[in-house]
Amino acid sequence: MAIGFIIVGVLLLVVTIAAANIYIERRLLSLWQDRRGPNRAGPFGFLQVPADMIKIFLKEDWIPPFADKAVFVLAPTIVMLSILFSFALVPFAPGFQVVDSNIALLFFLANSSLAVYSIVLSGWASNNKYAMIGAMRGTAQMISYEVFMGLSLMGVVMISGGTFSLREIVEAQRGMWNVVPQFVGFCIFMIAAVAESHRAPFDLPESEGELVAGFHTEYSGIKFGMFFVGEYLGITLISAMIVTLFFGGWLGPAFLPPFFWFMLKTFAFIAFIILLRAALPRPRYDQFLGVGWKILLPLTLLNVLITAGILLARG
Amino acid sequence: MSILFLISAVVAVFSTAMVITRHNAVHALIYMVISFIAASVMFYTLGAPYAAVLEIIVYAGAIMVFFVFVVMMLNMSVSPEDEKRATGIKSWIFPIILTLVLIADFVYAFIQGTPQTNMVKVIDAKRVGVSMFTTYLLMAELAGILLLVAIVGAYHLGRAPKRNIHRYLQNEQTQK
Repeated sequence: MAIGFIIVGVLLLVVTIAAANIYIERRLLSLWQDRRGPNRAGPFGFLQVPADMIKIFLKEDWIPPFADKAVFVLAPTIVMLSILFSFALVPFAPGFQVVDSNIALLFFLANSSLAVYSIVLSGWASNNKYAMIGAMRGTAQMISYEVFMGLSLMGVVMISGGTFSLREIVEAQRGMWNVVPQFVGFCIFMIAAVAESHRAPFDLPESEGELVAGFHTEYSGIKFGMFFVGEYLGITLISAMIVTLFFGGWLGPAFLPPFFWFMLKTFAFIAFIILLRAALPRPRYDQFLGVGWKILLPLTLLNVLITAGILLARG
Repeated sequence: MSILFLISAVVAVFSTAMVITRHNAVHALIYMVISFIAASVMFYTLGAPYAAVLEIIVYAGAIMVFFVFVVMMLNMSVSPEDEKRATGIKSWIFPIILTLVLIADFVYAFIQGTPQTNMVKVIDAKRVGVSMFTTYLLMAELAGILLLVAIVGAYHLGRAPKRNIHRYLQNEQTQK
């Protein structure tokens, strides 16, 4: 019974945050770019999100006649499902977690690797050249960055006493946050996670200047909405994972409840990812993949090697 | 045997059957991914959570993506002659023999009685790692060498010919 409440609670919380992110992102972007941003619907534009939702729900949900219908419909659901599954493992606060498993971290990686299908299949099913090129880029990018996104976390697993359970990783950070001994791991995970959620500046699969909208060119209405909300769910997830793995999760001074600390840190990282979008230009596609394989992968392996060496030397 | 295992087994068999009956290669591959996920649930219910997750990360998440990728790029179309050859009786004999062997195996195992599958012993990541670096060290090394060979081969095949042309002169060179 209790688990049912937690599941519904996490689901509502996460979807609400994702919806709020749409507003937060637009306001923050306009702040950093010296614009006004949405300020017409309601006070400070608070009603912008409901207005967007009404629009997206009522729009014609058009499936192109040349598309593969079944796969076309399937693709946007995969991104939502895989990200929502990962949220089941996030420890928001002690006791406020759907499931605590000893393979939690691996489950997160498995889900993020399944999310690739939403790009591949949407690009293929659209039967459109731009969508196809976007899907090709997206696949190459996500497959490559997935490799060391997993490897960069192995240092965290090692210094947390060899556990994959997210709750235990948070508990192991009571003395010191993992970001201090694992700073390289944190940087690599941050880059890989942004690349994995194909957010700007790494939004090569949908780079609108050259590919119209990339893999979701043919999507409209609620199916586009799912890609859209999926992206915000994605940045919420990676912010929550960074907080859990490197910044002590719910831990913090006792004058605020643990849940509040978790949310505070998560929103700080969401804001940071939005700042990345506002500040950085998009790299060229081949340069981006080259940096991944030639610099970040050896760096990750070195990080794993050195961490293991230090742990062994300490005994 | 838990009901979860039976459900995922049925899903696995059904989706595998769908793989070999689909005309469209990408649809077949999607069913194959589902089959891998079902197999992963089966691993989990049999007490191997680590193998279950690796099944998804490696097979469903990486290898099958490459399959879809290649099929997507190739834009395959089957010519009538190919189809005739594929449906001829000759091409069926060998798979039928193999299937009969498997069926015989299954029937034999069924008559012998099922092993004690209720005794689920959970094998976590640590034990997989330990046995890989002690008991199966040689196997792990050999697999590593095999992969190294594949990487070197792929590098050799995919290497672009080295050009020492200044980029301003490149257009003139290619126009020639």
